[in-house]
Amino acid sequence: MVSYIFRRILSTMPVMAIVALFVFSLLYIAPGDPAAVIAGDQASPADVERIRQALGLDRPFLVQFGDWVWRILHGDLGTSIFTNLPVSSLIAQRLEPTLSLMAITLVLTILVAVPLGVVAAWKAGSLVDRTIMAFAVFGFSLPVFVVGYVLAYLFALQFDWLPVQGYTPLVEGLWPWLEHLILPALALGCVYIALIARITRAAMLEVLQQDYVRTARAKGLGQGSILFVHALKNAAVPIVTVIGIGIALLIGGAVVTESVFAIPGLGRLTIDAILRRDYPVIQGIVLLFSFLYVLVNLMVDVTYTLVDPRIRY
Amino acid sequence: MDRRTLLKAIAGAGSLAATGGLSMPALSQGAAARTLRFVPQANLANFDPVWGTQYVVRNAAAMVWDTLYGLDATLQPQRQMVESEEVTDDGLTWTFRLRPGLKFHDGEPVLAKDVVASLARWSVRDPMGQMIKAIQNELTAVDDKTFKWVLKQPYPKMMLALGKNSTPCAFIMPERMAQTDPFKQITEYVGSGPMKFAKGEWVPGAKAVFEKFSDYVPRREKASWLAGGKQMLIDRVEWVVIPDPATAAAALQNGEIDWWENPIPDLVPVLRKNRNISVDIADPLGNIGAFRMNHLHPPFNDVKARRAVLTALSQEDYMRALVGDDNALWKPLPGFFTPDTPLYTEEGGEILKGKRDVAAAKKLLAESGYTNQPVTCVVAQDQPITKAQGDVTADLLKKIGMNVDFVATDWGTVGSRRAQKTPPGQGGWQMFHTWHAGADCISPAAYNAIRGNGDKAWFGWPTSETVEKEVTAWFDAKNIDEEKAAVKRLNKAALEDVIYAPTGFFLSYTAWRKNISGVTKGPLPFFWGVSKTA
Repeated sequence: MVSYIFRRILSTMPVMAIVALFVFSLLYIAPGDPAAVIAGDQASPADVERIRQALGLDRPFLVQFGDWVWRILHGDLGTSIFTNLPVSSLIAQRLEPTLSLMAITLVLTILVAVPLGVVAAWKAGSLVDRTIMAFAVFGFSLPVFVVGYVLAYLFALQFDWLPVQGYTPLVEGLWPWLEHLILPALALGCVYIALIARITRAAMLEVLQQDYVRTARAKGLGQGSILFVHALKNAAVPIVTVIGIGIALLIGGAVVTESVFAIPGLGRLTIDAILRRDYPVIQGIVLLFSFLYVLVNLMVDVTYTLVDPRIRY
Repeated sequence: MDRRTLLKAIAGAGSLAATGGLSMPALSQGAAARTLRFVPQANLANFDPVWGTQYVVRNAAAMVWDTLYGLDATLQPQRQMVESEEVTDDGLTWTFRLRPGLKFHDGEPVLAKDVVASLARWSVRDPMGQMIKAIQNELTAVDDKTFKWVLKQPYPKMMLALGKNSTPCAFIMPERMAQTDPFKQITEYVGSGPMKFAKGEWVPGAKAVFEKFSDYVPRREKASWLAGGKQMLIDRVEWVVIPDPATAAAALQNGEIDWWENPIPDLVPVLRKNRNISVDIADPLGNIGAFRMNHLHPPFNDVKARRAVLTALSQEDYMRALVGDDNALWKPLPGFFTPDTPLYTEEGGEILKGKRDVAAAKKLLAESGYTNQPVTCVVAQDQPITKAQGDVTADLLKKIGMNVDFVATDWGTVGSRRAQKTPPGQGGWQMFHTWHAGADCISPAAYNAIRGNGDKAWFGWPTSETVEKEVTAWFDAKNIDEEKAAVKRLNKAALEDVIYAPTGFFLSYTAWRKNISGVTKGPLPFFWGVSKTA
């Protein structure tokens, strides 16, 4: 297992290299000019050109790419064109809000979606099942920003229970941290809850028809024990897979959620960097997300061995 | 106690027990009243007001760096850091003396050498500064408090140049910072103004914090825009970036923020219904909507084609697309200068007045030799102002029989594409949309967009000897009557040559909670004189 994990980590290197080349090339050929954004609307074309030269953006593609790769190899993600701050500092500033949002959403999703899916499978065809599945369709269909606005209107403006926007770091208190994340996590989690509830239901339906479940029932085991100890464990592989894939959904959804709730996370940093053509920041974030995604996939693969002893690497 | 307070109390007690004291830090009423939470018009992505000339940078910089002169609400430059100035009878030598007690945020006194270095850096980037630099003999520090600017020819608009609020302003920085290449960013933010920039709390794209500088010595006069006594009545200003307007509106209603610089017109009725919120016009100088035609390539290299567009252009259509049905927010603008300012004129504006004449426009277009080639109209979709104008323009061009190649893109792409002089089929363009702050259009001083100096002109590169002659006449004017006469002729010439197409004059709102007082109308948010009660 250890050698497998080691091999997988090693295999991330070429993946990251391809991602780096792809992202750099894409940004190079994309239209837009950070120098024009910096110079402002009243700047003369000559000013824009001088800023472009000062930023080194007039150099050939291979020179710029080589310079960037060399710095990456030395652990330097570069400096933001606009803020003049190291990209690593900008990412570090934004990492906690995004990870907090993703963690709370993930926990909330698993706590809500898996039991819903199990109950729906158990009561398949009943009103309970249909209600849960209707909720799932609803959750799939509503865009994150619509859910976000509705939640903010109800729970912040009407009831005054929770704040509309912003983020408070965990070190400033558990509740201040949590109260800023509840609505965003609910908004972001809606699609995810719907997805996992449906997958859980489908996986559980298959397992509940197996002989060993009938045997367990014949032995007189309680329904809870059959569902959550025996059946759920055997249905876990597809559920874990979807949770892993869903991390990508969360990253994408976080961009919208952070904008709606004004959370200063990586999603907003990405949007701002793209709109301003802040190339070093975009490249740094894409590399980070790629690495996170590869890491999550590895964790999913490792988790398979925990839920299904038949899987060995 | 409301439910939210109750929840906080319960959770606070729970978290205290669970985490050994990680509960929310309590702000006293006094501390809350000394902190102003402000939502700016845009993100403060950089903080060098000479390197980056965006308005949001200028607005933040006006708190942190002081200027030698400041434009007041009557549009006159008044002494700010300067105590006195003398100009020789031939107008060639200006001698300035700094007022006593000026200090930088690091405690060092403001000296003439700092001013000289700051002006040297500014004059590379600012259009008026460039004019002065072009006729400069020397700029030197005479002693610690006195500096001298010796010119080859008179420059009557010197005090306006040093005190204007269009970007980049002539902010005064310590010499070591001002020696930075004007095309590279400064790396420290030691200011000379009433607020210090808290660099450690800066989260670009999310938050910027300014703290009161206790050693700042304000002038004794009453504050008026960038002039007069900049008395800070609050200790801390937090700029909170909220990208989504609906969220900003909700945060203002909920009391999470105190002042929102630019609420969008759609949300203003909601804010007005809230008895805790005041809404008013933000800046009486407003904005001028515009689109520019490329004078280098067909069809707009022919003035008849440009006039054809103006002949059919309905400013009401543009303004309604921008501000909706709120008639208080717009005015027709048959000219190029800001309404209700001393130099405003409608001279030559007939082409934009009265019933719009599509048939006449078609006739003019035919006379220009237009042969139905595609007209590349580049429109940034991520800027509501350009998007709305672009949609109206597409309709206008189709009405007069033009073949529109509508390029929907983002502002970053427009920024680079508009700099291309190549033909439209090879990466160039024929039309793009923008807007100008009214504060920049009160005179030709900082009004790049109206220039007709060909290759050196703003994007579109119009060439008009008459326009250039009248711009020079304004700079040389000895009194306001001469200035008005020059601007009248300039407006007429600029409309005849269609330097660009003005689409109307529009205003925007600002909104704040009623426990805030001292908010004044102006071209930027002024924080001096603003106070807050808990």
